[in-house]
Amino acid sequence: MGQLSRFWRESEHRYRLLGTRCENCGRVYFPPREVCPTCHRESIGKMKDLELSGEGVIESFTVVHEAPPRFSRQKPYVLALIKMEEGPMITGQIVDCDPSEVEIGKHVHAVFRRMGEDGDTGVIVYGYKFALD
Amino acid sequence: MSEVYIIGAGETKFGELWDKSLRDLAVEAGLEAIKEANIYSRDLQMLYASNSLAGTINEQSNIAALAADFSGIAETHVPAVRVEASTASGGAAVREAYLAIKSGEYDVVMVGGVEKMTDIYGSEIIDVQSSILDREWESFNGATPAALAAITARRYMHDFKVPREDLAMIAVNDHANASMNPDAQYRNKITVDQVLKSDPVAEPLNVFDCSPISDGASAIILASDEYRKKNRLDGIRIVSSAMSEDYLALHSRKSIYTLESARIAAKQAIDRAGIKKNDVSFLELNDSYSIYGLLELEDLGFAEKGKGNELLGEIKLGGSLPVNPSGGLKAKGNPLGATGVSQFYEAYLQLKGKAGQRQVKGARYGMLHNMAGTGATSVVHIVGE
Repeated sequence: MGQLSRFWRESEHRYRLLGTRCENCGRVYFPPREVCPTCHRESIGKMKDLELSGEGVIESFTVVHEAPPRFSRQKPYVLALIKMEEGPMITGQIVDCDPSEVEIGKHVHAVFRRMGEDGDTGVIVYGYKFALD
Repeated sequence: MSEVYIIGAGETKFGELWDKSLRDLAVEAGLEAIKEANIYSRDLQMLYASNSLAGTINEQSNIAALAADFSGIAETHVPAVRVEASTASGGAAVREAYLAIKSGEYDVVMVGGVEKMTDIYGSEIIDVQSSILDREWESFNGATPAALAAITARRYMHDFKVPREDLAMIAVNDHANASMNPDAQYRNKITVDQVLKSDPVAEPLNVFDCSPISDGASAIILASDEYRKKNRLDGIRIVSSAMSEDYLALHSRKSIYTLESARIAAKQAIDRAGIKKNDVSFLELNDSYSIYGLLELEDLGFAEKGKGNELLGEIKLGGSLPVNPSGGLKAKGNPLGATGVSQFYEAYLQLKGKAGQRQVKGARYGMLHNMAGTGATSVVHIVGE
C-alpha cells in the first residue's frame, strides 16, 4: 500500500470529497488543483476549497474481472465515471447493488468506505465509493 | 536542418520469452539494427533507451547505461539516456533522437526500446500497469488501463449505437496480419465470435480485446542525410514528428471517447509533412484495447467521430487503408517501451518492400501512432520512402 503519509495527506479530500473552486471562472475541480486549467496564472491564489455534495450521475461504467491483488477480494466490481452535480467527473466504484442494476444515466450518491489495508497489521485506508439512489 | 533517415532496424521476437533477460533483449535488438545499418556500434554518437516500467517490474533503473554497457560500447563513452513517457516511451524516444539530429548536434544515433514484463506474476503486473494512470485518483479506486478503456467503450457504443462486433474486428484484423509476422506474439487467426466469447477482463472488453503481456525489444538507427550520403547508406525518411498531451486522468478530459492528444498530434504531423491524409499508405495504431482502434481511426483524421466502423471494410491488407500490417499491439504484442520503436521497425520493412507476405503494395507513407495509457500522451510520426 505504501507510506502512511501518502494516504494521510489526501484523507481530507477523500473523506469529505473536498475539491477546489476557481474564484476567477467558477469552475469546480476534483481532485483539488493549485492552478485552474482554464485561467492559468489568473487563478493563482484564487483556488478555494469546496466540499462536493456527493450527488452525481453515471457517465459510464465497467464490471472489472481482472484486477490488481489489492482488489482481488472485491472481484467482480463495478467501476464508474460519475458526473458530479458541481461539474467535475470522479472515478469510483459503485457498491451495494448487483452489477446488472447499474446503468448509464442513473443517479448515485457518495458513500464512505474502506478502500484497503496495508497487510494484516498495517493501516486501513478509507475513501469514497458510490451507491445507487 | 538535415532530413532524418532510419538506416537500420532490428527487433527480437515478441512474446513470453522466459529464457531472455531485460538486457539480453535490448542487446539482441540493438546489434541487429547496427548490422542492418552496416555501421559499427562505435560510430554511434548517442543512445536513447525507451522503457516504461523496468524500475518496478525488473527492479532495474538506469536502463540506458545498462543497454550501452552490454551492447559493448561502455568504452566508447557514448552518452545514453532513458526516455520515459509511459506506453508512448518508444515514440517519444524516436522523437527526441529525431530532434537531436535536426538540431545538428548528432549525425548518427540509436533508439532502443525494451520491456521485460514476464518477470513478475500475473495480477501484480496489472497493479504495475495501473501506475501509468493517476495513481491517487484513478487506480487507488480500482481503475486499471483495461477498466478505463472499457468505460470509454461502453459510453461510445451507447452514444453512437456501435455494435460490439465492430470492436472485435480490430482484434481480428491484428491477428490476421500477425499470422504473417514471424516476430509476432500470436500468429493464430481469430474470429469475431471468439473475441465475443473470450473471458471478460472489464466488461464489455474481453481478453481478445486486450493487448497481451509481452517481452521484447526493438531498435532503430537514425542518421542525418549528410551522414547517409557520405557513407552511401540506404534508408527510409522520417517525414514529420509531432507529440501532444492531454489530462492524465480520463475523468478530467472534455470527452471520454475523444483522443484529443492523438487528434492534435496527427494534425500537426500531417501539416508538417506537407501531405494529405489520403497519401498515407498504412497506419500503425496503438490499439492496446480494441476500442482505441476505432477511436484512433476517427481522431487521427480518417473518419468522423462515431463512424470509425465505416472504415472496417478497408483496414485489411489490400484495403484502401491497411491498419497494423505488423499485427498491432493485440497480436504482434505490446512490450510497452519497445512498442513505439517497433512501429518504426515495421515501417522500415514496409517502405523498403521487405515485409514479405504482409507487404503493403506500393507503400509510400506510413503514419505511426504511439499513445500513453488512456490518451494522456500521443506521438505521431509520418515516415516515407
